[in-house]
Amino acid sequence: MTSATANPVLADDLDLAREATRDRLRIVVVGSVDDGKSTLIGRLLYETGSLPEDQITQVRAATRRGEDIDFSYFTDGLRAEREQGITIDVAYRHLSTSRRRFLLADTPGHVQYTRNMATGASTADLAVILLDARLGVLPQSRRHAYLASLLGIRHLAVVVNKMDLVGFDEAIFARLSSELGELAGKLGFQCVRSFPVSASDGDNVVTESARTPWFHGGTLLAYFEEAQVARGHEAGPFRYPVQTVIRPRLDHRAFAGQVAAGSIAVGEEVVVLPSGVRSRISAIDTFEGALPRAFAPMSVALRLADEVDIGRGDLVARPEELPVVARELEADVVWLAPTPLDPSREYLVKHTTRLVPARVTAVRHRIDLERLDADPTPTLALNDVGRLALRLSRPILCDPYRQVRATGAFILIDALTNETAGAGMIVAATEEAAPRSTLGSLVTAAERRARFGHAAAILAVEAPEAGVALDAARALERSLFDAGIAAALAAPEDALALANAGLMCVVASSGSETERAALRDRLGAKSVPAGDGALEAAMRATEPVHG
Amino acid sequence: MIASTDTLDHLRELEAESIHIIREVAAEFAKPVMLYSIGKDSQTMVHLARKAFHPGPIPFPLLHVDTTWKFREMYAFRDSYVREHGLKLLVHRNEEALEQGINPFDHGSRKYTHVMKTQALLQALARHGFDAAFGGARRDEEKSRAKERVYSFRDRAGQWDPKGQRPELWNLYNGRIDPGESIRVFPLSNWTELDVWRYVWLERLAVVPLYFAAQRPVVERDGNLIMVDDERLPLRPGETPRLRMIRFRTLGCYPLSGAIESTARTVPEILREMRESRQSERQGRVIDFDEEGSMELKKREGYF
Repeated sequence: MTSATANPVLADDLDLAREATRDRLRIVVVGSVDDGKSTLIGRLLYETGSLPEDQITQVRAATRRGEDIDFSYFTDGLRAEREQGITIDVAYRHLSTSRRRFLLADTPGHVQYTRNMATGASTADLAVILLDARLGVLPQSRRHAYLASLLGIRHLAVVVNKMDLVGFDEAIFARLSSELGELAGKLGFQCVRSFPVSASDGDNVVTESARTPWFHGGTLLAYFEEAQVARGHEAGPFRYPVQTVIRPRLDHRAFAGQVAAGSIAVGEEVVVLPSGVRSRISAIDTFEGALPRAFAPMSVALRLADEVDIGRGDLVARPEELPVVARELEADVVWLAPTPLDPSREYLVKHTTRLVPARVTAVRHRIDLERLDADPTPTLALNDVGRLALRLSRPILCDPYRQVRATGAFILIDALTNETAGAGMIVAATEEAAPRSTLGSLVTAAERRARFGHAAAILAVEAPEAGVALDAARALERSLFDAGIAAALAAPEDALALANAGLMCVVASSGSETERAALRDRLGAKSVPAGDGALEAAMRATEPVHG
Repeated sequence: MIASTDTLDHLRELEAESIHIIREVAAEFAKPVMLYSIGKDSQTMVHLARKAFHPGPIPFPLLHVDTTWKFREMYAFRDSYVREHGLKLLVHRNEEALEQGINPFDHGSRKYTHVMKTQALLQALARHGFDAAFGGARRDEEKSRAKERVYSFRDRAGQWDPKGQRPELWNLYNGRIDPGESIRVFPLSNWTELDVWRYVWLERLAVVPLYFAAQRPVVERDGNLIMVDDERLPLRPGETPRLRMIRFRTLGCYPLSGAIESTARTVPEILREMRESRQSERQGRVIDFDEEGSMELKKREGYF
């Protein structure tokens, strides 16, 4: 206990309580380099008191020399880094008012950095697009609006900046906001608001401008504070990807995860996918105690009424609102890697808590971001957006991105280089024809677990050299067996059968990391490094296998 | 308690996000470790890890990279905290450097920090074969941090390449690495200093008492208030330790940690202190360059 707790309750407690209840809006700010984005962000940060004191003082010093305050200074501080080449990256900045807190993704505006805009937009609730009042709607503006819409943002603030340079001409503002508004409507934005702004003078950013008496839409900051943003994940079907199993005692088995969408209450019937087993929520655990109900984005641990085999990558849903169990996907993908898409290469799909090897079976088209039209293409290169068909080696539990963001999104990882190659948004997924056959076994996994006293798993003992891996696998089988575990050494092709029989199956895995990873993925195996600590790592591998 | 409407307040949302990150790492990596520096951010992070696996134990050890120059109160706090919660703690020191007598006075803070902290950390990671290491850094701390990922990839030499960072979309983290490579994980990326203090208050977290103002013996050195924590601090001619009402905003090695003059003895008082300085800025008053700001700046320029 700190000395703080020993103190009497202070008047500040009320403020603390109120401040704690403010929500956080995530905003992505996009615009070309010369649209005045730095100035706008600098102005917002300064006027909301969100800047460190040293920076403020430096700007004041500049003011004392008789210059105007240059608000872009606050973000230009990053220019030094940019000159060293970090330019292209998203920076996250905090901003807060008495009503709300904001996390601002500041995305540099060059055409070649489209991927960074996508990164910032992936978690945003609202997008701000800057236009230069003198230049109007540029191809770049259209591109940004399209991407924001593709990533699922439904709220758009159009900032017509540099109004001071066009004499605060109402007609110009009206023309630009209707032009972009029309585009935004086509792109599916639900709420579009436009603001005539001079970021350098501060008009309509935080304070209403006397120079735009014809405008009654309030300030940009007021819109940030008031925007009613439905996150999409709070409503919608219940989606709970299991991250890990918490089993402190034999009689306590909970499935840890973050509610990705929707909500669930104790007592409700659920289905565990992909196995399709039904059960009922018996408890929702948190550190503070049990809850009657959980909703997105809470991190909790669920317990079920029945002994159900669940592991990482499984998904809990309601029987009447199931996701698609799919190996075949159609998805819009933003290409993020410098190396273009190569359909002959193996990629890994990371989707919720699953990592699955995948092949690109077709490149349907590439979007021309100038015309917003689809063109045929053999591949996708850096910053391209296009439609792909994918085939996965194991199914994922997914929804179209437009319906559920959390279960509609995935990243593509290059299996060879490990780099994040693409960001995918599922458009359509094909339901698997039939669940995996169990040959109608009348013994359940739970019964087997009860007999052996532990869950089944496949442990891949890994080393680059085959001899080393096999020796270590033999040693591990011996020590597991000695520790009372029903362990069996097996060839990889027999591993699934043994694990389905309830055994702790040990396989030796050698070769390059890519090869070993491929085996691990194919078997759903837990990696155990050869050598010291193998037993410890093996004992931690409590996640059961399915099948 | 959770409100009846389906919205999580700001701190609970941050908490849920951090717990998600911590669980992902525990599930995806063979051998994770959590760096523990005994500061308020570490306390917050360890508390979140306890929540993430409750009622089970934290499935990875904590690692304190010890320079041997921390405040005495920090060591005492560390040992009692770890004991109270049954946490597994590894302590690593760069013994070679200690034998050579590397210290912050004779070798300069930059070299000392590199050898006793950075090198020591890399030694510890290599010795235990950790493939993921949690750190308590936040994006609001400094500009380069504002660009870092939640999963920050490190090459075989443990180095960060800001230009070659993996894009990070949604909450889908890419933890794929080759042998010898590792990931640094920052579950508090989206927290601010203010969030951490509010959370410390909300959760009644224990923190080292040095964060709270008290009369402590200090000397003024190169514009910093340095606490004379033990007899190892060589006093310069003319320096006499004097008792002053001070506290620390960040804690590290005592000869390199500047205190601030403050009367904030409780978390709400610290919050008030932070808020008041902010409000005066917002109201546009001309305030003098305060000691706290300059101290922070010095630290950023290589003090730490």
